[in-house]
Amino acid sequence: MSNYKKVILDPIFNDNPIMYQILGICSALAVTSKLETSIVMALAVTFVVAFSNFAVSIVRNYVASSIRILVEMTIIASLVIIADQIIKAFAFDISKQLSVYVGLIITNCIVMGRAEAFALKNPPLLSFMDGIGNGLGYSFVLLAVGFVRELFGSGKLLGMTVLPVNTAGGWYVPNGLFLLPPSAFFLIGLLIWAIRTWKPEQVEEE
Amino acid sequence: MPHESTSRTLIVALGVCLVCSILVSTAAVSLHGRQETNRKVEKLRNILAAGDLLTDKSNVEETFKEKVQTYIINLATGEAVPKDKYTDKLNPDAFDIKTMANDPKYGQAIPAKEDIAKIKRMPKYMPVYEVKKDGRIQKVILLVYGKGLWSTMYGLIALGKDLRTVEGFTFYEQGETPGLGGEVDNPRWKALWKGKQAYDKNGRLIIEVIKGKVDKSSPKANSEVDGLSGATLTTRGVNNLVRFWLGADGYNSFLTKLREEG
Repeated sequence: MSNYKKVILDPIFNDNPIMYQILGICSALAVTSKLETSIVMALAVTFVVAFSNFAVSIVRNYVASSIRILVEMTIIASLVIIADQIIKAFAFDISKQLSVYVGLIITNCIVMGRAEAFALKNPPLLSFMDGIGNGLGYSFVLLAVGFVRELFGSGKLLGMTVLPVNTAGGWYVPNGLFLLPPSAFFLIGLLIWAIRTWKPEQVEEE
Repeated sequence: MPHESTSRTLIVALGVCLVCSILVSTAAVSLHGRQETNRKVEKLRNILAAGDLLTDKSNVEETFKEKVQTYIINLATGEAVPKDKYTDKLNPDAFDIKTMANDPKYGQAIPAKEDIAKIKRMPKYMPVYEVKKDGRIQKVILLVYGKGLWSTMYGLIALGKDLRTVEGFTFYEQGETPGLGGEVDNPRWKALWKGKQAYDKNGRLIIEVIKGKVDKSSPKANSEVDGLSGATLTTRGVNNLVRFWLGADGYNSFLTKLREEG
């Protein structure tokens, strides 16, 4: 049982896919200008990585190593299409904002990385949990970055005004940099710094 | 069978593909209806929003049916296309700008020097949304589109009774920089358009989006709109697309005709 707990909780702070493994940065920059899109993206990635881990783990003993990557890609691509279709059907507004980034989960290194590094060597249920754990780790960073960017970039959280901005008659002058992708770079950099100060064992040796 | 034999590899590959394709097609087919409804409602919602007909509680489809009449016009002649000439592609429900513009029969290339909206091809026909009250036109809502900085921006512009005054303006599809060019979606900026004169008394196109703020004392103040700060190229794109579509290549002949008919 402790094994399950470990694969779920470890990726959040100890072995975070973005902050420690430095994977999946691209989408973390692109979709975090609002908290709402960050949440949907986090859910979609968690869904994809959990089920792809599960499926890859099921077929791991039958697939020849020569077509291993192809099989993984097929599974991941199918799951991403399903996630995209679901978002388009049930969260149409958000799907317009996420535009191509849902499709680009296919190329998110976390999904492929976990399939290769974990699911190929572990039983299905444990792999599924590992997917959930890594999804949560990714979600944690996305939500943290989305929170800061929406709050300081447009004075809102989930579309509701928190800091009334000056263009709408309030006092807060929004910082436009937070709406542009580079700001996520700075925020993720700060997060990595913070977590490595807290857990010095994550610092790579020189 | 050995682990790495060709036949086994093939069987596993086929099996994986089969399962995946079944899952994907099930999702696509079963959710298709919902997605189509979303898309349609979204389009109607935008038209209603441009015409200022949308309230929070209103049912989009019903309000649209009740208040708006749709027909298709020939841009060159300004005449409405009679209903019996409608085809699969040429009808208000199925009308899709991209498909029509690229269709050899329904679309045409725009000569480079006239193409200020930078769209290269345009449909020869466009749908027009009319709001009538007691048989008289209250508003005409027109589709407009053109290139911004990054994206092609698709918008709707509503003209009032006199067919000269702008009553509303909105973009329903654009991919400009959020916070800068993306502010074309900002309600405060869109509100600036309301009441501006698109044409003067002689029917000359005078509306313009300028750089910076409009000088209120200037004689042209009622035909100029503030540009968006930090978004020079998007602003220029908006100006160009409005002037293109309200100009001679766009709806001018249709609007002139409608004005003459009174």
